[in-house]
Amino acid sequence: MERRTLFPGKLLPIALMVPQLLLTFIFFLWPAGRAIEESVTAANAFGTNTLFVGFDNFTALFTDSQYWSSVGRTLFFCAAVSLVAMSFGLLFANFTDRNLRGKNWYRTFLIWPYAVAPALSAVVWVFMADPQIGLIGRYLGPNWNYGLNGNQAMGLVIAASAWKQVSYNFIFYVAALQSIPRSLTEAATLDGARGFTRFRTMIWPLLWPTTMFLLVVNLVYAAFDTFGTIYALTGGGPAGATETLVVKVYEDGYIGNDIGGSAAQSVALMVLVVALVSLQFKFLNRRTAA
Amino acid sequence: MATLELHSLTKNFGATSILKSLDLTLASGEMLVIVGASGCGKSTLLRLVAGLETPSSGRIILEGEDITNRDPSKRDIAMVFQNYALYPHMTVAQNMGYALKLRGEMKEEIARKVAETAKLLGLGELLSRRPGQLSGGQRQRVAMGRAIIREPKLFLFDEPLSNLDAKLRVTMRAEIRRLQQRLAITSLYVTHDQVEAMTMADRLIVMEAGRASQIATPMEIFEKPANLFVAQFIGSPAMNILQPAEAAFANIPPNAVIGIRPEHVILDNNGLQLLIDLVEPLGAETLIYGTLASGQRLTLRRPGGPPGVTTLQVAFPQEALHLFDSVTGERL
Repeated sequence: MERRTLFPGKLLPIALMVPQLLLTFIFFLWPAGRAIEESVTAANAFGTNTLFVGFDNFTALFTDSQYWSSVGRTLFFCAAVSLVAMSFGLLFANFTDRNLRGKNWYRTFLIWPYAVAPALSAVVWVFMADPQIGLIGRYLGPNWNYGLNGNQAMGLVIAASAWKQVSYNFIFYVAALQSIPRSLTEAATLDGARGFTRFRTMIWPLLWPTTMFLLVVNLVYAAFDTFGTIYALTGGGPAGATETLVVKVYEDGYIGNDIGGSAAQSVALMVLVVALVSLQFKFLNRRTAA
Repeated sequence: MATLELHSLTKNFGATSILKSLDLTLASGEMLVIVGASGCGKSTLLRLVAGLETPSSGRIILEGEDITNRDPSKRDIAMVFQNYALYPHMTVAQNMGYALKLRGEMKEEIARKVAETAKLLGLGELLSRRPGQLSGGQRQRVAMGRAIIREPKLFLFDEPLSNLDAKLRVTMRAEIRRLQQRLAITSLYVTHDQVEAMTMADRLIVMEAGRASQIATPMEIFEKPANLFVAQFIGSPAMNILQPAEAAFANIPPNAVIGIRPEHVILDNNGLQLLIDLVEPLGAETLIYGTLASGQRLTLRRPGGPPGVTTLQVAFPQEALHLFDSVTGERL
């Protein structure tokens, strides 16, 4: 169904559009434009002199082995976060799909982590995992120190990032489970399917469109929205062990003062976002068309 | 195919009593139709037998075995749902073969049975389609096929025809009945449509507010309704109910109300005057609605076309009268 509202004159529609357009311009289009501009320049240490260098920044970037190891780390991180966050979202959604006492409380609590700011969620995890003062960390023995051990640090940022996203996946899976007609699972039961067999042959295939949608959303989240969590937890360390692409952009640009190189990384990331989002749109369109 | 026995089967939801101590025995190969208004507990009865609901008390015996507490997946009962409940992500062939596959039957065996069942139901060309690509009647057939192919001990039908258009309903009604008789499938069939109930049943249960008002063959129920509710529920248009105030009734006990079916009212020049207020010609017959001098309403069913008059003289043959207790509604 198409809804159209007609406004008289031109002033009102323009006035209504301006705030949104202004926001988009100031916080998205302008910075993006500046990033593209800076990605083809090099500046001296004080930023007083800039030089057009063409694709030199990109050439330097793509021949830098540290960049590629960060790409690999990011891919692993994204896959792990998506897998963990989606698995738990699905698991919890399945739990609440039954008739539990206090189901609504349980659902409300599960949605809370989504509302916590990334930096704050990192603080919560520090309080839990810190080797000296952490509620859990202090009992994990002398070998537990995510400030020194790269693998432990990676595990921690994956857990913290996934924890925040479980809520989102949970909501979508709950909705998807509720949209499966009861008679369908009942028919499957009478046909002899129970427990995990019923889930595997009946429910999982029917959740597939939701899973595909969530996969894209989770990948985008893990790749771009986890900066706050990672930066507050480990700062990308130890020794770059948790330095994903977004962290590296910040590190190189603001700490390392390599504005041109950092901008080139941003542009590369931007291309990746566009690719992922267009994939998502394509998928969403196909879903609504079907 | 098997026998089914229900022993004082009862279901309460909280303080609400849905099913009140039902006893029932189904012979092997019998088609028992459960009919009643919505909310009378007929679907609950079906779901109890299937195991989708747990009874509050009572026992369910299938083929001599107590299955009251058995998991629904292990009861060997097939059910045809109102919305068919076809698996949308599977083809017609996969829908039909699903139960067999779960049972661990060989691929070739499943393919053979699917082909056989598809042939029986005329689904041959549709085997590779998905439910979304089928018409209502075709879906209905697939749902039937999915149940038949398992050769279960018992068939349950939950208003399987209510989503079809009127014409298709008549065809599918006959088709289901024919299959059921041919394969001698013991069946419980729930419907709110009394025509479906009358035409398909070996025996009929008329349910009212969680109780079986009457269990008998369709003709017994039609000819000797056990109470006022059954009398008015079965038969279309519904049976006329009159107070004995009319002078035309002699020898009627004072505590009785009188029932007479619209087709049993006769025309008689010495009869009561009926003022006609609506005539519905149906082609082969005509329904006449009117009011008697006493103010009571009366429906007539007459062969042929409209009478072309505004009043009729009607009479009530003694042998066509049904008498019911005016307080309890039970047949006298």
